[in-house]
Amino acid sequence: MKKITRITGWQAFWPIMILLGILIFNVIITGGSFLEMKIVDHHLYGRIIDIIRNGSKLMLLSIGLTLVLATGGTDISVGSTMAISGAVACSIISGTLLTGVGGNVFVAILVALLAGAACGAWNGFLVSKIKIQPIVATMILMVAGRGIAQLITRGKIVTVNSDAYYFINGGYIFGLPFPLFIVGFALLLSLLLTKRTAFGLFLEATGCNSNASKFTGIHVSKIKFLVYTCSGILAAIAGLIESAGIKGADCNNAGLMIELDAILAVAIGGTSLNGGRFSIPASIVGAIILQSITTTVYAIGVPPEIIQVIKAVLVIIICLFQSTQFKTAMMNKLRIRKVA
Amino acid sequence: MNTEPILIELLHITKKYSEAVVALNDVRFQLNRGEIHALLGENGAGKSTLIKVLTGVEKRNSGIISFEGKEINPRSPQEAQDIGISTVYQEVNLCPNLSVAENIYIGREPKKGGRIDWNAINNQAKKLMEKFDLDINVTKRLDSYSVAIQQMVAIARASDISAKVLILDEPTSSLSRLEVDKLFDTMRLLRSQGMGIIFVTHFLDQVYEVTDTITVLRNGEYVGTYATAQLSRVELVGKMIGKEYSQISDKLQPHVEAETEGKLFADLQEVTGLGTVRDMNMSICYGEVLGLSGLLGSGRSETARLIFGIDKIEKGDLEIKGERVSLKSTLDAIKAGIAFCPEDRKTDGIVGDLSVRENIILALQAKKGMLNRITRQEAEEIAEQYIKKLEIKTPTSEQLVKNLSGGNQQKVILARWLATNPELLILDEPTRGIDIGTKAEIQKIVTDLAKQGMAVIFISSEIDEMLRCCSRIAILRDYKKIAEIKGSAISEQTIMRYIAGGEIDEKDY
Amino acid sequence: MTIKNRKLHINNISLTITAVLFVALFTFGSVSYDQFFSLSTFLNLFNDNAYLIIASVGVTFVLLTGGIDISIASTIAFTCVFSAYLLRLGVAEYIVIPLVLLIGILLGLGMGYMIQEYKLQPFIVTLAGQFFMRGLCSVISTQSIPITNEFYKHVALNKIKLGSGKIYYYVFIALIIIFAAVYLLKYTRFGRCIYAIGGNEQSANLMGLPVRRTKITVYAISSFCAALAGVVFSFYTLAGYSLQNIGLELDAISSAVIGGTLLTGGVGSVLGTTVGVLIQGIIQTIVTYQNLNTWWTKVAIAALLCIFIVIQRMISSRTEKGKR
Repeated sequence: MKKITRITGWQAFWPIMILLGILIFNVIITGGSFLEMKIVDHHLYGRIIDIIRNGSKLMLLSIGLTLVLATGGTDISVGSTMAISGAVACSIISGTLLTGVGGNVFVAILVALLAGAACGAWNGFLVSKIKIQPIVATMILMVAGRGIAQLITRGKIVTVNSDAYYFINGGYIFGLPFPLFIVGFALLLSLLLTKRTAFGLFLEATGCNSNASKFTGIHVSKIKFLVYTCSGILAAIAGLIESAGIKGADCNNAGLMIELDAILAVAIGGTSLNGGRFSIPASIVGAIILQSITTTVYAIGVPPEIIQVIKAVLVIIICLFQSTQFKTAMMNKLRIRKVA
Repeated sequence: MNTEPILIELLHITKKYSEAVVALNDVRFQLNRGEIHALLGENGAGKSTLIKVLTGVEKRNSGIISFEGKEINPRSPQEAQDIGISTVYQEVNLCPNLSVAENIYIGREPKKGGRIDWNAINNQAKKLMEKFDLDINVTKRLDSYSVAIQQMVAIARASDISAKVLILDEPTSSLSRLEVDKLFDTMRLLRSQGMGIIFVTHFLDQVYEVTDTITVLRNGEYVGTYATAQLSRVELVGKMIGKEYSQISDKLQPHVEAETEGKLFADLQEVTGLGTVRDMNMSICYGEVLGLSGLLGSGRSETARLIFGIDKIEKGDLEIKGERVSLKSTLDAIKAGIAFCPEDRKTDGIVGDLSVRENIILALQAKKGMLNRITRQEAEEIAEQYIKKLEIKTPTSEQLVKNLSGGNQQKVILARWLATNPELLILDEPTRGIDIGTKAEIQKIVTDLAKQGMAVIFISSEIDEMLRCCSRIAILRDYKKIAEIKGSAISEQTIMRYIAGGEIDEKDY
Repeated sequence: MTIKNRKLHINNISLTITAVLFVALFTFGSVSYDQFFSLSTFLNLFNDNAYLIIASVGVTFVLLTGGIDISIASTIAFTCVFSAYLLRLGVAEYIVIPLVLLIGILLGLGMGYMIQEYKLQPFIVTLAGQFFMRGLCSVISTQSIPITNEFYKHVALNKIKLGSGKIYYYVFIALIIIFAAVYLLKYTRFGRCIYAIGGNEQSANLMGLPVRRTKITVYAISSFCAALAGVVFSFYTLAGYSLQNIGLELDAISSAVIGGTLLTGGVGSVLGTTVGVLIQGIIQTIVTYQNLNTWWTKVAIAALLCIFIVIQRMISSRTEKGKR
């Protein structure tokens, strides 16, 4: 009995159950072809692989956002940061930016990541030092970021021609798509950071009660600064995957409206949007759930435009179930009905 | 008009927060027309709960409230206000961004042709303020005036809503002498118009200056109602702390450590905080419990905050173990060996959604640094050790702290600090709102720690507790240290006298 | 009649800076470019930004209570697309316009209700609202739908000549909204309650003001204004497209902030917001004259917003310190 409650009490338990449900649903409606995997040229292909590959960006963002949301903040600039990092990398590779390096792919990636870190640090600065509400602080970058990306690419869609760069999205190692390894690496690092150092504890304490945390000697503003920077770097990686996928930088559409998806993934993972307890694996599962829903919607032939609407409704539903006021209101209603 | 002399009568009021926590037990209270009635008692006596019950903030479990002879049941402050009971709280409950005039009339603005008549508002407000002998520009923002004036505006608003009963909940704690005088004039004026005023305060001087009647509560029970003129100061204090005067005089001697001077841990020299404590001189030695006594707003907590590096020391020196230090953050203070249990347990102390274990290791972890993680096993050991040592009542160390009782939460915070192995422990109201049993346990822990050589600063509003715990007491008033007593000189009466400031008031604030 | 209070307070400092900034930018433009200095340039600020004025005025109501609404851009886009869609189906304009306005009000009421009753964070709810409305746009059509309705064309193209410049009819809608908002905020109990809530919600509650109702209503007003802005925008562009106006919520919010509205609530004015919009309009005009990438406008506005927020923070932290 105790064992069962321990398993169901695990934050990732319900998300995993939901995911299994969606997968089983898919297996049934596709008549089993959903699970099929083919090996072509030592590369694994199949629906599930697609989900993981396409969901890799979202998973990366959800790691960053989990950290940010745990402190009680939010970051809606990740989409724009993706656009900036893509723009920087592609501009360098195509030789319009930093012409001195001659389009070196590794330099390009490094600078793009630095740009992402700078974006995140900027958000972190506004939130922790200037003490602007996170939503406003990150909204500034959300809007201005696309402008900055446009300025980097001079308003054009930059295309690149570099197999090394394409590898970020389309490459394979041991038959598995490369983005999977990136996510795995990021997950490992973030778990190391939160579980093997006290960072995780400090995050949760800050999110639960930042006042008390300050009194116990935690540098709350440093913690906040750090999580926004992490979120920026992860968004930059996601931006690289995206731009490697389309083989260029499209500042208008890169990561457009992905912010809500990322927040939703974290919420599905069970991390409260008010800060506090968090679980990165659960958020990853949340991201996979979202990606599978998208795949499913395509599979059952519903117009894909409706997905956005469904996601918006989902966010509200999840938030409602996190709200004590809502729960008590519902309880009261149930009780009245029972009495009657 | 109803001329019944009794305005409000409360009978057999009982309020339980849970089976164990009884805030009010069969309390009665009666307020007459044209009377200023002091409601007194130590912290936790049930004054504020009684007010909350009367104004509909809290629901009572049993009892009757009647107003002008009719039974009433207000369910919100708004309903109470509609009946004619207005409350002015310690923190001004007005809108700082609106003008003085608007604060008085908002929600009931005079209108002309369907729109708010600003001329009428400003003129009426001006007249009203003149009635209270306040010559201020009523069109200026409320927050451009001092708290005292804001307080007066709140009272003006309350009295203008044709209130028959005015409740003043600790209105004077942030006022200067001059401002208090003005407030009292106003209260007398309102009394002469037949209003009944309930006055809650900590300042005994003021009770004798302005009130007609006194009702004393103690530990949620009704002690008695007395005419102010016929109750001496010492008798009153006796009623409040539950001992007759004769008992006080030969009360057991306070807990006094052997009068050996411990080694000096910290020394404050002419320390001044920004807008708070002024020119504070104080030394803190190993092995002693130094009490900071004084009323709310006397500078007790502010001194503690300065020592713990929360607020910046504006002027003067803080020396720790003979070296001058400047603490830039709480972490600096922790590293210097200082620990601090803040006054407000809920907002500044516990991290409610984390477990007992996590709460206990939090400060130690901060002290060790982020990279030097305390492993799960170590953490559990530390937690178990302190759960046992301090007898924290929790099913497991994984229980969320918010699910513990107040006393056990306080012990968790204490454990958090003891885990850092501090040399100086500062406790700000560690026993407030805690049941008697746990209270005694915490007091014992504190004195034991001092015996083992720790320096302790103890802040409490309860003199009884101070007597039991402290070997030296500094008395603060108006952000200044006015006296320091130790050893056999410590007695309830001396402290009372210094705090009350009655007879020995050399200079008037 | 005028209340001469709030001297030397945050909003006045910002408002002064704002007014000076406007004049400075206008002067800068006039000196730098031929034909810039004219009545026509000034009037065009209104012609081109009428919809933004309406939306910003709406969002000012929410900001004054200390809340935030980031759904307005999508609401505008939805209104345009949905009206264009209905008009193409042949529905009459006197049905379409009230209908889209009603949808706006209902959306706002829904969001306000969830924020107030279930204590959800305003940004999450309005963020969901943003995606909901944007999603609905794409559900209706991912292509741009042109509007050929005669009434729309009539309002869109007719104007009044005024010296060298001209004012389009729909600008008057914006002016009416400004006046209505000024009246509402200054001369009605509802308006004063908004300020009181922004100042101190708990106090407002204890003073017996209808906090709950007011807080829900401001979101309805904001969404209604967004829908109305959508109607005006469809006059302006005569088309509905699901991706138009992305990022406009920042423009609206920064207009309010530049115009002296405190993001923490309680301080701000509709007139200030209007000037805030005009400043953005001028920046846009200068960027056009300078032949720069239009994205510079967004970056400049974001920078301006940053500066103003930092100024606000500095002033408020100084007053806090001064009081202690």
